[in-house]
Amino acid sequence: MTMNKIIHFKLDGVDCQAEKGQYILDAAAANGIWIPSLCNMKGIKPHGSCRICTVKVNGRPMTACTTPVVEGMVVESNTEELNDQRKQILEMLFVEGNHFCPACERSGNCELQALVYRFRVAVPRFAFQFPVRNLDASNPRLIKDHNRCILCKRCIRGIKDKEGRNLFAFRRRGHKVEISLDPELAGSLTDEQAQKAMDICPVGALIRKEKGFDVPIGKRTYDKKPIGSEVEQPTVNE
Amino acid sequence: MRKPVIATASLAGCFGCHMSILDIDEKILDLIELVDFHKSPITDIKKFGRKCDIGLIEGGCCNSENVHVLRDFRKNCKILVSVGECAVMGGLPALRNGIPVAECLEEAYLNGPTVHENTERILPNDDELPMILDKVYPCHEIVKIDYFLPGCPPRAELIWEALIGLIQGKEIKIPYEAFKYD
Amino acid sequence: MKASVQKVLDRYKSDPTRLMDILIDTQSEVGYVPDAAVAQIARSLGISRVDVEQTLSFYHFFNRKPAGEFQVYLNNSVVAEMYGRRKVTEAFEEAAGCRFGQVSDDGLIGLYDTSCIGMNDQEPAALINNVVFTRLTPFRVREIIRDIKAGKKVEDLVVEGAGDGENAGKLVRSMVQNNIRKIGPVLDPEYIPGEALKKITRLTPEQVIQEIKLSNIRGRGGAGFPTGLKWEFCRKAQGIQKYILCNADEGEPGTFKDRVILTELPRLLFEGMAVAGYAVGATEGILYVRYEYRYLQRHLENVLAETRKKKLLGKKIMGKEGFDFDIRIQFGAGAYICGEESALIESAEGKRGEPRDRPPFPVESGYLGCPTVVNNVETLCSAVKIILNGGEWYKSFGTKDSTGTKVLSVSGDCKYPGIYEVEWGFSVNDILDMTGADEPQAVQVGGPSGTLIGPDEFDRILCYSDLATGGSLIIIGKQRDLLKDVVMNFTDFFVEESCGSCVPCRSMTVLFRQKLQKILDGHGVKQDIEDMIAWGPTMKINRCGLGQTAVNPILSSIKNFRHLYEDRIRKDRSFDGGFDLQAAVAESCWAVHRKPLTEENDHE
Repeated sequence: MTMNKIIHFKLDGVDCQAEKGQYILDAAAANGIWIPSLCNMKGIKPHGSCRICTVKVNGRPMTACTTPVVEGMVVESNTEELNDQRKQILEMLFVEGNHFCPACERSGNCELQALVYRFRVAVPRFAFQFPVRNLDASNPRLIKDHNRCILCKRCIRGIKDKEGRNLFAFRRRGHKVEISLDPELAGSLTDEQAQKAMDICPVGALIRKEKGFDVPIGKRTYDKKPIGSEVEQPTVNE
Repeated sequence: MRKPVIATASLAGCFGCHMSILDIDEKILDLIELVDFHKSPITDIKKFGRKCDIGLIEGGCCNSENVHVLRDFRKNCKILVSVGECAVMGGLPALRNGIPVAECLEEAYLNGPTVHENTERILPNDDELPMILDKVYPCHEIVKIDYFLPGCPPRAELIWEALIGLIQGKEIKIPYEAFKYD
Repeated sequence: MKASVQKVLDRYKSDPTRLMDILIDTQSEVGYVPDAAVAQIARSLGISRVDVEQTLSFYHFFNRKPAGEFQVYLNNSVVAEMYGRRKVTEAFEEAAGCRFGQVSDDGLIGLYDTSCIGMNDQEPAALINNVVFTRLTPFRVREIIRDIKAGKKVEDLVVEGAGDGENAGKLVRSMVQNNIRKIGPVLDPEYIPGEALKKITRLTPEQVIQEIKLSNIRGRGGAGFPTGLKWEFCRKAQGIQKYILCNADEGEPGTFKDRVILTELPRLLFEGMAVAGYAVGATEGILYVRYEYRYLQRHLENVLAETRKKKLLGKKIMGKEGFDFDIRIQFGAGAYICGEESALIESAEGKRGEPRDRPPFPVESGYLGCPTVVNNVETLCSAVKIILNGGEWYKSFGTKDSTGTKVLSVSGDCKYPGIYEVEWGFSVNDILDMTGADEPQAVQVGGPSGTLIGPDEFDRILCYSDLATGGSLIIIGKQRDLLKDVVMNFTDFFVEESCGSCVPCRSMTVLFRQKLQKILDGHGVKQDIEDMIAWGPTMKINRCGLGQTAVNPILSSIKNFRHLYEDRIRKDRSFDGGFDLQAAVAESCWAVHRKPLTEENDHE
């Protein structure tokens, strides 16, 4: 095994190190700094579509999940401007879909909700769209609720069949875009794949049948600790 | 000093948020020392007889009466607070927003599994009845709302902190655990 | 059907990267792409059905169900509206017996709206089964539909002799007019194919790049990246195979200059691609042309064949060992976003036209992961002239930071819409004088994604440091309602054309449209204007240029025409949620047979 070359960059004024080729988001985490993200997931090729992890690299907006660190890079992340834009994105996601947390199996374990908590969104600044969307329960193993889908493409990127074919894909474009499940391949969806789909989904758009509400309130992932605390180094104040 | 006056209402809600106000437990005694309650299900005062300082609104608007009550609150309260998921976002009643109103009414009065006696197949249409809105609206899309307390219901701690903050003009510190959408 | 789809699949050797062609040809054969064809294509390409579907459903011109034997796509650009589109629409609906978005009961005619088809200088215009019909009037529409119903072929309905230049030729046979109003070095018809190629065979690729760099030419598509630098990056990039992609997907409403170049100067363009190929070491080129220009397909293929025959393309060009370069034509299928270079690459690979993350840039990893140069039509044509006459010569045109000329597409409220090749440094006033525009209210520079300027800025200069533009100028007369007729139309365009990948672009465009509609409906308040100004900067974090500029029509008009917004907002209140109780209860009153709510019976 060869040692990866160590390079240096600055994140919010802090001197940080990264392995050459490492994405800003991962390098930040390795240095104990959390950059909010949503469409990104460990183990899946980054896509940079939610734009929440946008940071400024030498003054230019770039997504931290897709931009590799370069020696001497100066990155800003925790700024008022960027945090407000992140908040706006979260609020847009809330109004463009139908997110009824109290009735959602994923509540408490939902990444969208966890970010909203962390950013203290009391109410979206945008008008609720209440789009008419379907809930598709035709598959024997998996419920696909378009109301809750945030179109992050994690299921598309993360779930393939044995031949490497996509089970999930986008359909249409713009605000009419939605996730579709392959009618042929879905028939042979295994419990394992269904579970994987549910785990990959950051929200409650993919739910395994007969699963959900299985962790009591108070014990769910984000009940006590905010999202991001898992990578952050404890500071004196906390 | 005059005690601040509070009014409350439950629109398209389940009274859960009102229950959560009561969930402040023994602090309710402190609250009564601090404020007067005017129009509210708690006092059973039906009409505004005076101007109020703070209006707490539970539930969104699903019918014309909700809209009238909400507008009345806006006229009579200096500060209006949306309390809970339904007031803030429409909440569970808004699950019907993707379904045409006619279909909702037919399900409720004609075709639903619990409909037994409606042999004449009547959809309620008495002039005295409130009219159903095309969808359930969050309160702030109808009148200006000054503050929002999320939660289903908002934690008692959140309601208490917010009220004390509003009454005493103090900075509100809400712990992470108290700020929830469910 | 199965056999004809199989023939198509065989034609492209069941190559999944040729999915666009497979779908286009399938649709040509079958009229639409039915489920069975999707399954057959998926099986043959070794991909899932949803994979086929995700490309298929992305593009506007693909149909999943029968869409009419005659498919009418009527342009809905601002200029079409200015020139009487509404009446034309009504005439189509009346004559066809169906509404837009529908197919007539007998399945004969389907009517559809479509974004700008590149005919802004001859509106209202429509595509009927890929044949262009320009300057439509209600009378003409009735004639067309009558003849279609009488069983005539679409090709026989074009007005003979209406088109000029190559448009009148046998292979194009269209009514389209070039409207070339001002000629410069690029549009100069005195051009002999092959001269530039002959010259470069005596130069090293590095010398060719040096000449281009010397000229200081920047990309003519709008983004303005230095062309020489792009070529150099690609030249230096590691890769056995490299590609030259020509972007002829001009979709910016109001732009049509590439259409004229493709019609009249395709040889110049192909030579430009070959020059670029030589410079960067690419042996393959792809000309990506928007679907709207399919009427030029036979003409372009014919010129390609002729160029190959003359040894200006193919193996050993100009007899030079190792100078191999050939071109294939790739058609799009209706998506503005594919004009963005990385989306164009995705589309050319048979995928959804969603822009890629950068880095890596196409010059390092582009088409099929290989180093790729994507250049605009006009850029490549200019490169030929630079090679012929030298970088120094080119610099004698234009300004210091914006060298050379720009081919403008001018349309709207002016006497002489058409294309004008001018030197950079021209002022908007000069253009207005040149095109015969009397007292315009505003000019949209650079299309909807550009800037809307008023008379106090007409002295501004076209150049990269002031008014940069891909070349679209839409002149808006005093008689137009700027917000309702223009800004709303542009905003609708972006809502329709967003790829849907980035959240701000997908969502904010819709939210802005809603805000604008609220203001137009008389429910706007000052806060609505303030909100849009505050939210606008968030669009800058979208991935691509479309997303970053998608609310420009509104932001730019607020900046330069704020009074139009102020005039329309409510001055008597600081809050208006836009809620209308009477409207909100109308549906339920109807459902229960109850008297609707009116001013009189609404007793609060």
